[in-house]
Amino acid sequence: MEKKNRKGSVLFSEYKRGEGIKKAITAARENILFEIRESKLKGRGGAGFPTATKWTLVSAASSEEKYVICNADEGEPGTFKDRVLLLEYPELVFDGMVIAGYVLGAKSGILYLRGEYEYMKKPLEDYLESMREDNLLGKNILGKKGFDFEIKIRMGSGAYVCGEETALIESLEGNRGEARNRPPFPVTTGFLGKPTTVNNVETLASVSHIVIKGGEWFRKYGTDKSTGSKLFSVSGDCEKPGVYELPWGTKISELLKLVGAKDTKAVQIGGASGVCVPKSQFERTLAYEDIPTGGSIIIFNEKRNMLNVLRNFMEFFVEESCGQCTPCRIGNVKLLEGVEMIENSKYTFSYINQLKELGRSMQVASKCGLGQSSPNSFISILENFKEEVFSGNGGTNGK
Amino acid sequence: MLVLEKNAMTDEIERLVDKFGKNRSSLLPILQEIQKNHKHIPDYAQQEIARLLDIHPVEIYSVISFYSFLNTKPKGRNIVRLCQTITCDLAGKKAVANAIERELGIKFGETTKDNKFTLEYVNCLGMCDQGPALLINERVYPQVNPEKAVQILSEVK
Amino acid sequence: MESKDNLRVPGSQKPLVIEKPTDLTTIGGTVSVEINEKKIIVPLGTTILEACKMSGISIPTLCHHEDLCVAGVCRICVVEVEGMRTLQASCAFPITAPMKIKTSTPMVRKARRHIIDLLLSEHYGECYSCFKNGKCELQTLAKEYGVDSYTFGHLDKPKYEIDKSSYSVVRDMSKCILCKRCVRTCIDLQEVGVLEAVNRGEKTHISTFLDKPLSDVICINCGQCINRCPTAALRANDPSDEIWAAIDDPKKHVVIQTAPSPRAAIGEEFGLGAGHSMTRELNTALKRIGFNKVFDTNFTADLTIIEEGTELIIRLYKALVQKEKIALPQFTSCSPGWVKFIEHYYPEYLENLSSAKSPQQMFGALIKTFYAKKAGIDPADVVSVAVMPCSAKKFECNRPEMNSSGYKDVDYGLTTRELARMIREAGINLPEMPKSDFDNPFGEASGAGLIFGATGGVMEAAIRSVVEFVLGKKAEDIFEKANIIPLRGFDGIKYLEIPIGDKVGPVPEIIQHLIPNWDWLKGATLKIAVAHGTANAKKIMDNIKAGGKFSECHFIEFMACPGGCLGGGGQPIPTTPEIRKLRAKAIYAEDESLELRKSHENPHVVQIYKEFLTEGPCGHLSHKLLHTHYTKRGRYIA
Repeated sequence: MEKKNRKGSVLFSEYKRGEGIKKAITAARENILFEIRESKLKGRGGAGFPTATKWTLVSAASSEEKYVICNADEGEPGTFKDRVLLLEYPELVFDGMVIAGYVLGAKSGILYLRGEYEYMKKPLEDYLESMREDNLLGKNILGKKGFDFEIKIRMGSGAYVCGEETALIESLEGNRGEARNRPPFPVTTGFLGKPTTVNNVETLASVSHIVIKGGEWFRKYGTDKSTGSKLFSVSGDCEKPGVYELPWGTKISELLKLVGAKDTKAVQIGGASGVCVPKSQFERTLAYEDIPTGGSIIIFNEKRNMLNVLRNFMEFFVEESCGQCTPCRIGNVKLLEGVEMIENSKYTFSYINQLKELGRSMQVASKCGLGQSSPNSFISILENFKEEVFSGNGGTNGK
Repeated sequence: MLVLEKNAMTDEIERLVDKFGKNRSSLLPILQEIQKNHKHIPDYAQQEIARLLDIHPVEIYSVISFYSFLNTKPKGRNIVRLCQTITCDLAGKKAVANAIERELGIKFGETTKDNKFTLEYVNCLGMCDQGPALLINERVYPQVNPEKAVQILSEVK
Repeated sequence: MESKDNLRVPGSQKPLVIEKPTDLTTIGGTVSVEINEKKIIVPLGTTILEACKMSGISIPTLCHHEDLCVAGVCRICVVEVEGMRTLQASCAFPITAPMKIKTSTPMVRKARRHIIDLLLSEHYGECYSCFKNGKCELQTLAKEYGVDSYTFGHLDKPKYEIDKSSYSVVRDMSKCILCKRCVRTCIDLQEVGVLEAVNRGEKTHISTFLDKPLSDVICINCGQCINRCPTAALRANDPSDEIWAAIDDPKKHVVIQTAPSPRAAIGEEFGLGAGHSMTRELNTALKRIGFNKVFDTNFTADLTIIEEGTELIIRLYKALVQKEKIALPQFTSCSPGWVKFIEHYYPEYLENLSSAKSPQQMFGALIKTFYAKKAGIDPADVVSVAVMPCSAKKFECNRPEMNSSGYKDVDYGLTTRELARMIREAGINLPEMPKSDFDNPFGEASGAGLIFGATGGVMEAAIRSVVEFVLGKKAEDIFEKANIIPLRGFDGIKYLEIPIGDKVGPVPEIIQHLIPNWDWLKGATLKIAVAHGTANAKKIMDNIKAGGKFSECHFIEFMACPGGCLGGGGQPIPTTPEIRKLRAKAIYAEDESLELRKSHENPHVVQIYKEFLTEGPCGHLSHKLLHTHYTKRGRYIA
């Protein structure tokens, strides 16, 4: 696992393997929770739930068995930051899991790694083995009596929806990756019915830094409501695609400049389930309070056909919906059919408007985040790129 | 399946059940191992797993059918998966796909006659910064183009 | 609320069960919610759906069913909860804190309408050409929500081929709306595990292991899935056209036997509330339809008690006195769903299954032998129909071993629902029919035969006779009014010990050739158990396998369907816990109203042993006509 010379103020700042654990076990659990609360760290997977709140609920739950699950089912189109973190910065992620184990009183950690990342399994297992050798895992970690923690790697098998935390737990339990009804939430009734925290790879990596440098330090970066930095997976039409660490609150235009994007027509933020932002809104910021995101940034230049883009997204959802709830299972099919109608100029505006309304119902009535967010692209592309899409040329932008 | 094969399969599954534990949570790891070893999960294996984990065969079948990387019908020795998601699509997936199809003489979703390759599309491989990306068995090949893709395939055994 | 912790369904379909406090006056025992601006206080853990019902607000549901745990998948029951961005599925949301709920906002109405539109777009067929017309829950909703067009299109051809391979259940998946009630019924309620969702996304559909036809998988034909299907995706294999043809054929002599459960439930098909017994009205209706004779299945239920009871006594005698290795406990065999269940899942215990046929099949064998001869009719011309609460009876009558009369003993098994349709088709309004009696030579039957319809009924009927046989006392002297209350009710598993004591009676004449006296039973305790629903049956079987307390039982009654036959897969839809209770009440009330309440006192039964089965119970002819054997099927599918 080779570390590239990455630059960043928070996540990619200096960190020595094990130091977070070392410091954590000398502190009281409440103090670590306090620092995390101070940092105002929010979940980096996209939903943005405050990490301290989640951890407080799990640590308060009275149960002999608790689980720390690291969600490495990075499946959102355009996202690959977790790949980089796990391959280049495993110490941040695994230390974060051990710290979570300490704070929550859990003995078991599971890294749920997507099936597509099978090639990482061996190096990561080797890494865990080296942690065991250094007593960063196992029994009485670093000499702390009674602090036992183990990490297992479990593989996904090619299902995007398993990135949804309750679907992930279902998958771990040997079931179809179908999201659960909530309540109950995993913090009280998670894996095998036990209190469970499911955290994104990047969230856990942030924790390792926060333990060392403190919540206040973390809060210095970013904005009031979006503290710290964020890893952005940048792909599409630009000179320098890759993973970038930027503080929250960065403007889209700044990011585009940084990555060498030219003639940009649109930026898809948050992957297929995110929104498509047109040029006119490039001064907006990447932040929970403006455009929240798990970090996927896909750039489209002037030559791209937005209807093709939308078609690609909708095909993705039709295939990746788990299929249990009505709005998502059938709704996405109807939205895709709508895209085809536009392509073939067989649409009426009244029907397209009905489909947008359907999309809005899907956003509120679907059982989980997948169906609640899958219409985002449909609605935002049809609204923000009206002229191109309805040019009567099947969305070919006059080409 | 011959009796001998059945017995060998039962042994294999019993070992896996011992390794991962006799509970439903072990289902996916067991299926993944069988898949890896046999390139599919045979009917008999499904029924044996069901028996040993005390669940119904249809539940096993249901789980297998849910996950893209598990299948009940045999596939080729090498599974070639081309990422079809947006950035790989933008980066020239179509040309790569056409080249591979021409070279192997099969369409996506099919297996070559000599059983060497199965071609499939896959959703986002997490290599969007280096697309188009190809996954052959467990290995990822980034930044492929038609020529490179064909070259890579020719080197696969 | 019943504990649902041990359910094997996936967590995606597992509800949050919050123990509702028994004493609502405790602090935190109740919670105050506001539904549509009206305050209501509900027990902690009440679902939004239940709370709405309590305040008189109706919420549409599709995937919800009272017998099953929540799935929360159809999303039709969504409501708005203040402070939440998304709508919440009211069936799956337990109230644990005060909240404000709105059930009819523009957002809610639009979402529900969209869901109906989406389901209709994927639902093949037209209502007027559908057998479920007027009884389809999707259709009802479409009507309620004023759907007058297919907003999102409509299928012009079916997506799936209809699976008619099973004698009992027909699957038409083009009409499936993926509510998964059948899946939860099959896996969770029945522990049979035939149906599950396969594939994902738009390709998701309900299927069997390896997508095999139903006849090739471990289906026990109980039909509980049919009973819970909201649309026409699942139905019973309906033989009514063939029956009409037989009735219309002057050469055929068409007889019908009616089981107790259909009689207690068929009124529901004619607009009566649950719990109205229609026995004697039905006799008239059947005659008017054109059946030549109407017989009472309870007669052969009485016969079953004699045969099966004798078999039990022989087994006990062999085991206790002759020290032979004999399979005990003896299991009842009248539920064909249960029989197929054990053939598949516990084939090593087939020896324990009573060899006595079910009442339906005993009757079939007698009709084409004893009756045909007596009436002077060529058995080849007799068409024998059985109206049953059951879809598995269709399979049972088609078992190859069921032709001991030399003909197919029972030609057709007809469900309660199918018979109701035939009656309607004949223009008859059943509740208006005058009452009439059953036909001879089988005449009336006992209340013991009647209570076969309820879980525990076979056991109660058997015990009424066995205690009189053994103790020489009246059953009424032991159990008040001969009602054996511990065997009644809907507990999944019931268990009872009956001490024999030191005083035994004389051996009754009918079995004197089999055993000399009862002395060997002195001081013994008869241990019996009852289970209904195959999930409960599985619990007992696993306990027996592990050498638990049920392995020490002498006799165990098993019924495949929850509630016993009265909750059978062929009964009127809906069947709910409440409706099962009312049907049971009707059956027990009818039993109590009868003079004749014990099988061995049935004069027609006594007569048939004198006249026809002259070697007595379990004798040679009995064995030929009234007993059968079973098939080790196992759990593997080729």
